[in-house]
Amino acid sequence: MSSVKQHKEPLLRIAKRDGISRSKAYAIRIVAVILSLVISGIFIFAVTKLNPIQVYEAMFNGAFGSSRRSWVTIRDTMTLLCIGVGLAPAFKMKFWNIGAEGQVLIGGIMTAGLMRAYGNSIPTPVLLVIMAAASLLGGCVWGVIPAAFKAKWNTNETLFTLMMNYVAIQLTSYCVALWENPFGSNTVGQINQQTKGGWFPALFGQTYALNVIIVLALTIGMFLYLKYSKQGYEITVVGDSENTARYAGINVKKVTIRTMAISGAICGLAGFIAVAGASHTISTSTAGGRGFTAIIVAWLAQFNTFVMVLISLLLVFLQKGAIQIASQFNLNDYASNVITGIILFFILGSEFFINYRVILRSGKEGEAK
Amino acid sequence: MTGAQLTQLLQSAVFFGTVIMYGAIGEILTEKSGNLNLGVPGIMYLGGIAGLAASFFYEINTENPSAIVCLLLSFIAAFLASALGGLIYSFLTITLRANQNVTGLTLTIFGGGIANFFGGSLNTMAGGVGQISVATTSAAYRANIPALAGMGTVGTLLFSYGFMVYLAIILAVALHFFLTRTRKGLNLRAVGENPATADAAGINVTRNKYLATCVGAGISGLGGLYYTMDYIKGTWANDGTIEALGWLAVALVIFATWKTVNAIWGSYLFGLLFWMYLYIPGLTRSSQELFKMLPYLVTIAVLIFISLRKKRENQPPASLGLAYFREER
Repeated sequence: MSSVKQHKEPLLRIAKRDGISRSKAYAIRIVAVILSLVISGIFIFAVTKLNPIQVYEAMFNGAFGSSRRSWVTIRDTMTLLCIGVGLAPAFKMKFWNIGAEGQVLIGGIMTAGLMRAYGNSIPTPVLLVIMAAASLLGGCVWGVIPAAFKAKWNTNETLFTLMMNYVAIQLTSYCVALWENPFGSNTVGQINQQTKGGWFPALFGQTYALNVIIVLALTIGMFLYLKYSKQGYEITVVGDSENTARYAGINVKKVTIRTMAISGAICGLAGFIAVAGASHTISTSTAGGRGFTAIIVAWLAQFNTFVMVLISLLLVFLQKGAIQIASQFNLNDYASNVITGIILFFILGSEFFINYRVILRSGKEGEAK
Repeated sequence: MTGAQLTQLLQSAVFFGTVIMYGAIGEILTEKSGNLNLGVPGIMYLGGIAGLAASFFYEINTENPSAIVCLLLSFIAAFLASALGGLIYSFLTITLRANQNVTGLTLTIFGGGIANFFGGSLNTMAGGVGQISVATTSAAYRANIPALAGMGTVGTLLFSYGFMVYLAIILAVALHFFLTRTRKGLNLRAVGENPATADAAGINVTRNKYLATCVGAGISGLGGLYYTMDYIKGTWANDGTIEALGWLAVALVIFATWKTVNAIWGSYLFGLLFWMYLYIPGLTRSSQELFKMLPYLVTIAVLIFISLRKKRENQPPASLGLAYFREER
């Protein structure tokens, strides 16, 4: 600090963009995805010496190769999307709900428990409504607990919701051990496999049509709720500035708890869909990390539920595709997580270039105003 | 419970605790700079697989692998790979200003993917069959001084472990000293508490954040190394245990109220709570699962307690999880 340094303009500097056209923003994102696919291709080639194009072809085949595969891809996209939609209001409020994993599992436990108990005594349509209500309630409670502490004592919600996941996971393990079938297998097995009591019925001849209908309805509903309702507006204000919200007379505590009740409930409903509409069993992998993946979905979509459809589809496609290449080329299907990670890193990084411009030292001075 | 059982329980608590202690003290260093890195599980995965891979390739390509070389190679590889994970996180969150939580979670997915991918296929790729195993390296990690370890119960309790158990304690104490008694450590904490003020005082915020995150990640990764080399004896298991332990390490950071010395006893306590169910008579398999909830419940209780009491020295770093952009104050 003794000598004054000669001030020199740095080689690179950055400036915030005033605004960017939507098409340009998407162009940047698409470039990022392409770059990430190239890097993933290099990774695949380096470890397997397989032609990456062939591998991507196989991935596509794995996700959409047959009508059955397509429907499984759609089904899993819907489950992931449902959790993402549930997270949207919480994140828009800047409430870091990392606890979706747990909220999904609680919804799943409620559903599986009811299915086991009443699957053969209550008619399926009635039971479905009861199970949906119970899972909504379960997820809601799981979400409201951290929210109440946040509202009352400002307890750190990121860490609280994270811990609630593990409580829920252990609770699931407890239920699995309690309900295991056959005895000693440590899995619950398909519940009501014979009678299909409490399973989603096939609609229009499609097994998973009900999943799609429920989740798309939620997607549209949440979009409208966030964009056009008074409560949605309150969420936006609290998320942008709690002080402003308080000044405007918004009851921040009430909004926090109410929003998390909604967020947790929808995540709980995702557990209902995952159990009654897809796996018909319960285990700790009923959520299977999707509670965490959905955080990324919600964040990358910037809480726009329609964009979430695309991102969920991309992620599920990658996962299904990787499982396919794993079996086809005798690899290990964790490759999907590597590729997912690389793609997400690139998309996360690309947001920077949407919000900022990089200016080189010389030349472009005029552009920098 | 008999005496022998008690000794055994305490011993397994130390084994278990050491894994998460590394994870937690690395993360404490990171969080002190204001970066909430939720990539700890991924980083521990990276450390575990890098150490394993390094010694695996050395062992299969050498006639008589030397224990010292095995040790150094795997240790350095683990530290570097995890620090590299920290570097990805730092670059994205500090330079490219991406969201910390999302980046951390992505790092967890990525690290777990890399580790399980290679862990599951290293052996096949090298032309071998069956499980990967690095016997020489693992033996080096588990070596103790027989004269001391043989001293009855005291020997078993205090001296029966590999060197990494002691290294963890030394690191925790050294980091505590660094963070509370040295100028550099105080500067780092200033960055985590209030980066704008630190910046105005002439502290290089970016450099501090980068260094703390990368070194912190390197230390966290040693937890993964200890797990593969000592805890599961130089093999690999695709069962997701490291991920669960990684989240427990994040929990331990809170439990220790961001002080590395508290992480020492905290980690052993978590180990005790985790293994306790084996020694409580009359538990069914299902109620055992409820018992494993204890570490998380205790952490939630601590989290609520510190937010209730609002004692300043127990709070998280004030700017934890927030990004700092000089021009956006």
